[in-house]
Amino acid sequence: MLSVVYFAWVREAIGRDEEQIERPDADMTVADLVAMLAARGGGYAEALGDPARLRAAVDQRFVPMDSLIGAAKEVALFPPVTGG
Amino acid sequence: MKRVAIQAEDFDVGAELAALEALGGGGVASFTGVVRGGDGLVALELEHYPAMTQAQVGRIVDEAMGRWPLLGVSVIHRFGRLEPGARIVFVGTAARHRTAALESCAFLIDWLKSDAPFWKKEHFAGGATQWVAARDEDAVKAQGWDS
Repeated sequence: MLSVVYFAWVREAIGRDEEQIERPDADMTVADLVAMLAARGGGYAEALGDPARLRAAVDQRFVPMDSLIGAAKEVALFPPVTGG
Repeated sequence: MKRVAIQAEDFDVGAELAALEALGGGGVASFTGVVRGGDGLVALELEHYPAMTQAQVGRIVDEAMGRWPLLGVSVIHRFGRLEPGARIVFVGTAARHRTAALESCAFLIDWLKSDAPFWKKEHFAGGATQWVAARDEDAVKAQGWDS
């Protein structure tokens, strides 16, 4: 299983902060995962339908959207950060 | 000295500065970020990625310590609900000379804005809310340190 976590308005639109999904194929990228989840429709489509608005981390490291998920344990999807 | 704290509680700027001043350098620089009031803002809610934040801010501090000869760095970033005037973030740097302290302090706050996993939500009088949008200008400032 793969843990997927959501933050900020991505979390709010989807209506949950974390879920477990079937481990994807080894050649799946973060962008592929986003497209797969967005295809569920509803809040997922709202949150994930426009990947240009999203950023990602794999195992708590920021990564580009075309990164492979590989054997990672956790993928995080969120808007660009606004701390500081 | 390297101190990274991610916390809900407020912090004592004087105590943080005193700890940096005690390191034996010639200069201490600091930045304190405060919730900006106005436009009917009643609170700022800061969300973060608990499993990642401490390590990611630690990496940003390590980067600064690799670029400048620093005796100490303290970074404190709060999360949770904060009202106008409340402190959000503290960056303090100590070095033998002012240039390293001042430059690394500016670097750290620029990088915290663009590379630490925090998100701000604004709460307004009347109940409206809005997630703060990232500013392109902030990313450009952080990238400016890449050269």
